Amino acid sequence: MGKKEISIQENLSTERPLVRWLLIGAALLFLLVMLVIPLAAVFIKAFEDGVSLYLAAVTEPAARAAINLTLLTLLIALPCNTIFGLAAAWAITKYEFKGKNILITLLDLPFAISPVIAGVVFVFLFGRPGLGPWLDDMGFKIVYAIPGIVLATIFVTFPFMARELIPLMQAQGTVEEEAALILGASGFKTFWYITLPNIKWGVLYGAILTSARAIGEFGAVSVVSGHVRGLTNTVPLHVEILYNEYHFSAAFAVASLLTLLAVITLLVKSFVEGKRQNDKIQI
Amino acid sequence: MFLPGFTFKKNSIIPGFGLTMGFTMFYLSFLVLIPLSTIFINTAGLSLHELWGILTAPRLIASYKLTFGTSLAAAAVNAVFGFIIAWVLVRYSFPGKRIIDGLVDLPFALPTAVAGITLTTLYAPNGLLGKFLALFGIKAAYAPLGIVIALTFIGLPFVVRMVQPVLASLDKEIEEAAASLGANRWQTFSKVIFPEVVPALLTGFSLAFARALGEYGSVVFISGNMPMRTEITPLLIMSKLEQYDYGGASAVACALLIVSFLLLLVVNVIQWWHQRRYA
Amino acid sequence: MSIEIANINKKFGAFTALQDINLTIPQGELVALLGPSGSGKTTLLRIIAGLETPDSGQVSFNGKDIADKSIQQREVGFVFQHYALFRHMNVFENIAFGLKVRPRKVRPSKGEIEDKVQELLRLVKLDGFAKRYPGQLSGGQRQRVALARALAVEPEVLLLDEPFGALDAQVRKELRRWLRRLHDELDVTSVFVTHDQEEALDVADHVVILNKGQIEQLGTPEEVYEHPKNPFVYNFLGNVNLFHGRVQDGKLHIGSLEIDAPEYKDSPNAEAISYVRPHDIEIARNPGEGFIPATILFIRSVGYSVHLELRRGDTEDFVEAELSKEQYKELGLKTGEKVFVKPTGLKIFVPEDYSI
Repeated sequence: MGKKEISIQENLSTERPLVRWLLIGAALLFLLVMLVIPLAAVFIKAFEDGVSLYLAAVTEPAARAAINLTLLTLLIALPCNTIFGLAAAWAITKYEFKGKNILITLLDLPFAISPVIAGVVFVFLFGRPGLGPWLDDMGFKIVYAIPGIVLATIFVTFPFMARELIPLMQAQGTVEEEAALILGASGFKTFWYITLPNIKWGVLYGAILTSARAIGEFGAVSVVSGHVRGLTNTVPLHVEILYNEYHFSAAFAVASLLTLLAVITLLVKSFVEGKRQNDKIQI
Repeated sequence: MFLPGFTFKKNSIIPGFGLTMGFTMFYLSFLVLIPLSTIFINTAGLSLHELWGILTAPRLIASYKLTFGTSLAAAAVNAVFGFIIAWVLVRYSFPGKRIIDGLVDLPFALPTAVAGITLTTLYAPNGLLGKFLALFGIKAAYAPLGIVIALTFIGLPFVVRMVQPVLASLDKEIEEAAASLGANRWQTFSKVIFPEVVPALLTGFSLAFARALGEYGSVVFISGNMPMRTEITPLLIMSKLEQYDYGGASAVACALLIVSFLLLLVVNVIQWWHQRRYA
Repeated sequence: MSIEIANINKKFGAFTALQDINLTIPQGELVALLGPSGSGKTTLLRIIAGLETPDSGQVSFNGKDIADKSIQQREVGFVFQHYALFRHMNVFENIAFGLKVRPRKVRPSKGEIEDKVQELLRLVKLDGFAKRYPGQLSGGQRQRVALARALAVEPEVLLLDEPFGALDAQVRKELRRWLRRLHDELDVTSVFVTHDQEEALDVADHVVILNKGQIEQLGTPEEVYEHPKNPFVYNFLGNVNLFHGRVQDGKLHIGSLEIDAPEYKDSPNAEAISYVRPHDIEIARNPGEGFIPATILFIRSVGYSVHLELRRGDTEDFVEAELSKEQYKELGLKTGEKVFVKPTGLKIFVPEDYSI
């Protein structure tokens, strides 16, 4: 009897050790081949031809111009999408209205759409088949220029903030806002003093996701950029050009910057994750 | 508010509905709906005959098969390994677990172009892993297998991140109940645990599949882009655009877009079905 | 400040939350809105506060319609069921919030706010807790912070939604007595929502009993307990025994029993329900006028009084009785024994649905 109970206990808590270690082994091997080796390979390749070539590759004028353009794009896309994310999450979580589910589904669109299509639509709208000729007459250039790159980046990154904030604000409910309003706070003060502090980690988390994608976006930006070196090349596009011109070490040197940023993103993300989860718990 | 007896929005004392809703709709229309509509407008300019001709060109048919096949294979691999990874991360403890948990998101954080050139270098015939595969006469880079590898990489987090929270939230008591009723571990897993995870697994699979269908950055490097053999559909949109074939580009984009919408619908139906059943 | 509520209606989709509510709450009173869940009591409270808008009807303070006053302008104090403390602010900041967000012209100085908060902390017996965060407080302490926060803006109307609902039994009792004293000290009209009849009867000046969106009865605790207007109120305010029977010629017939019911002398033969509180059931060892035979099924003698469960010999219905410890000892009752019970203080209702 005593023995049987013990075997049930083991049965309950987990699988047999052999099964357990086989599963862990399978998972780790898969992750090693799929993630760890590629991650290491970037840095190994980057430094293959020595540190001085590495430094030269990441500081040459075309690389610097690409970095500047990527930062400029981020600087525009991030605030726009943050404001949008806050507005959309507020509208969706604080009110009941018809068609809410359609709106939420719309927010998922960029996740489902090919990045190539995200670029193509702006070519159709602002390029030769669309408003292009008229814009040319006016002296504006959107596609194959910086505005197109910014628009395409905003398109592929706009849901991140909203998708992050909606479940968070849903979990927090509206009761603290009601309490603030009843104590005489205006709408803006309620948002500023009550809502915003409650979701600050969520906003930061959403900003991290938005930034990572905005910096790394390739497909959409590739379509709308004119591939003009030093003018309309973002960092990922610069990597592509270097690679296609067989400057492998230089390509990986620049790629290692992006990879480093990705790793930092993951670190910050896991730090913020816990704090953001705490905000979801009702006190 | 539009019709008597029909109210668009329930009354609420929380201010700012007009402002936030207005801004949201403006942003979405200007940034998403109007640009997307250009695809349909451009496609509508084609006659049915032209449309059919574009969409059934042999080069496109070959790309559909390749894109669908490799995406499906990658999503399937991710469903299996994603489930195992999620299981291992939730159920077992082992050294380095936290780091690995964080690392799973790498494909989301790493630019696809970087993933593309790295995987290509690794799996090229003279690359670290490519050399190993070559021993068995397997060609990865510049072949469909390479595309599957790239698509597996970029789709990896979807299944893990969908399944992980569901596994974590499963009540330990139902397993104990099953065991106390005499079920062995495999029966408990297959009859009690797995059915609970199926919706999340399907959602993760669909998301990984949808993402793979449209993927561009990581694939263009590793595929080699040989017409009829390793050319994916998104790449064909791109090349039609570069040849100023706007009608052709919009037709293919439209087809791809519709497939994406359908997949989005599938994901929503899975979630709706799941909520109806269990919520 | 008095509160007048006139012809309030409120629907949520197909669900009628409130139906034609009329109610006047005089200045300085402590009133309980009592009812089961879904009775509309919380909705009524939220409408008074301005948190919900009624579909029709009006709410007036001191005779002035406040429909066009925004929630900020109503200046009511509201204590939320789960307190709704601002989680990222400490106790001091929570209580000071209502003063700090005032427009600059009417905002008290920093020192005044400080004094006011300290005074409130003393009032709710939380001196020394100013720097704590809501997450670090017990349920009862959070409740008192919520109250202090509501009182900081010196409201003339204090509204409390299930103020003791989330607390355990011991703290509940303490806090409700304390709330009563507090209400008496302050010059404020208070309305609180509860589903606990004991709480309502214990604390309130007047009790409003709600059911399915309508007011069933309004009165002092004594009135509603002693003279319930209808079966719902009777049922809701404590344990009762139900006796199905008929009224005819001024007499109530329950099984073999015949009881005088002069108030139904003129009513036709009709089905009736009568209620008897457990402590109004007499128990005897021997048969007598108005007694029914019954068997003791179960005795629970824990606590202040003794509870008995019996089964009637004539109809097989169950009867609950409550005796004092002395009576119980005197009779020397045991489970399974046959005794005789007599319902006294019967409250008879002829359900309108049944009358022809």
